[in-house]
Amino acid sequence: MTTMTVRVSPPQAIAQSVKLSWRTLVQIKHNPAEVLDFSVQPIMFLLLFVYVFGGALGGTTQQYLTYVLPGIIVQNSLFTTMNTATGLATDLEKGFFDRLRSLPIARFAPLAGRIVADLVKQAWAIALLLAIGSIMGFRTGPHGALGALATFALVLVCTLSVSWALVLVAMLAANPEKVQIFGFVVLFPLTFTSGAFVPTGTMPGWLQAWSKANPVTLIAQTSRGLLGTGPIARPAVESLIYAAAFTLVFAPLAVRAFKRRV
Amino acid sequence: MTYSIIADALVKRYAQTTALNGIDLNVRTGAVFGLLGPNGAGKTTAVRILATLLTPDSGRATVDGLDVVSQAHQVREIIALTGQYASVDETLTGTENLYLIGRLTGQSRAAAKSRARELLNQFGLGDVAGRAVKTYSGGMRRRLDVAASLVTRPRVLYLDEPTTGLDPRSRNQMWDVVRGLTDTGVTVLLTTQYLDEADQLASEIAVVDHGSVIASGTPEDLKARTGAQTLTVRAADPAHLPIVRTVVGSLTRTAPEVRGTTLTTPVTDPDITPLVVRALDEAGVRLAELTLRGSTLDEVFLSLTGHRSQTHQETLV
Repeated sequence: MTTMTVRVSPPQAIAQSVKLSWRTLVQIKHNPAEVLDFSVQPIMFLLLFVYVFGGALGGTTQQYLTYVLPGIIVQNSLFTTMNTATGLATDLEKGFFDRLRSLPIARFAPLAGRIVADLVKQAWAIALLLAIGSIMGFRTGPHGALGALATFALVLVCTLSVSWALVLVAMLAANPEKVQIFGFVVLFPLTFTSGAFVPTGTMPGWLQAWSKANPVTLIAQTSRGLLGTGPIARPAVESLIYAAAFTLVFAPLAVRAFKRRV
Repeated sequence: MTYSIIADALVKRYAQTTALNGIDLNVRTGAVFGLLGPNGAGKTTAVRILATLLTPDSGRATVDGLDVVSQAHQVREIIALTGQYASVDETLTGTENLYLIGRLTGQSRAAAKSRARELLNQFGLGDVAGRAVKTYSGGMRRRLDVAASLVTRPRVLYLDEPTTGLDPRSRNQMWDVVRGLTDTGVTVLLTTQYLDEADQLASEIAVVDHGSVIASGTPEDLKARTGAQTLTVRAADPAHLPIVRTVVGSLTRTAPEVRGTTLTTPVTDPDITPLVVRALDEAGVRLAELTLRGSTLDEVFLSLTGHRSQTHQETLV
């Protein structure tokens, strides 16, 4: 088994992953509606939360915008990992993976290609949210552009780690509909039982305990600190510990399931 | 004579079923080899092992002398697989699909583009090259799938049921495609459920049932052994059935199969028909039906194994 992995050099493997991510991005060219899917949805969430709930939740819509924008960035990126999983499941179901796996390319390239493409989409959505946010009156805090860049990095690193869990689900279910249901049932409550949209203070005690430990809370809190004001170091370290743990647990499982698959 | 594909006692088991029960194959270089069998016989499993997508539980296989397990990467450099379901990206255009494979396997942009154009024209897809694959017909998709397999100029090509689900016209086009492949010197391993397809395309056939090869040889060998044709006789008067059975049985030296009032039996010598007609006429049997036609896969199975193929029984129920 070792002989075959040695055959593809790391630069070649990276080049192959990039070419496969090109494929995912070309799909957008043919299905422009997909742009709406990952552009309109975050904007819609932002507008609804700020202008519908904002006044009631945060005193004024402006105050709430400052609170919720980092949360929506995290929420949107997490939801995007579902695309990674449904895309992989579709490739498995349609037999396109068989084609790729019978080519002399790195074993992980089809996985990496998909993940990289979705990271690009996430980066786009974050930029879009920041742009729309600033039109709505959001102003970055003392860390300025550097803080914004750090937010990109943090959110992408953390969602990458979550992607592995969804890749595993895709490999086990191999059916886009099932993957979507699973993703929704897990990611939706996970995101909403966090401090992403509201401060956790008014939640019942047991829920507070959970939401304080919820990684979504920690990532949102860090982003809030980086984009505006608030603690950075502690939630950042805790977020990264979560990310490391997710990667350590799910990446090997996902890769193993991928190798065994069909 | 050299062999491109050699499979030696391949076994693959799943929790409930044994997909391959010690399959042996020897495929000559440059030949079109037909793996013939019903659904669930193990054809696809065999192809997936030979294409490095599955590892066998025991046994070994080599492609051009390279082991499909320990030298999987090298095997992938010389093979290509056209799966049972069009293994192309439906959202991309025909050109983009072929270009992607070219680029993935290290071709330059210019080379990948020109190879894509060349193959699309060769397979009659030049006009639809810029359209998304999801708008293609079933036949066009399959041809694109074969074209995608040829991007890398493989020495060995696996075609897993290339015509299943195609209309007769598309099937004929596909047959022409496969015939054209042999001119390029590529070795083709083709799986099919259709006897006439194997007969039309393959120079050698292995019949697979329940994960084992139950017969192999040239199409002529197999036909000679199993009865290339089937004689169907039905007497106008059902009471004559026993006489018909005796007469046909003694002339063809077989035990005819009876269903209702109809009697069928494999026939190797087509000259038997007039003899049957004459003998029945002399016995005073008036016939409602007497036909001689090519055997179906099911009938070949029946004569090879003594049982009907599993799927056929299921569809009857």
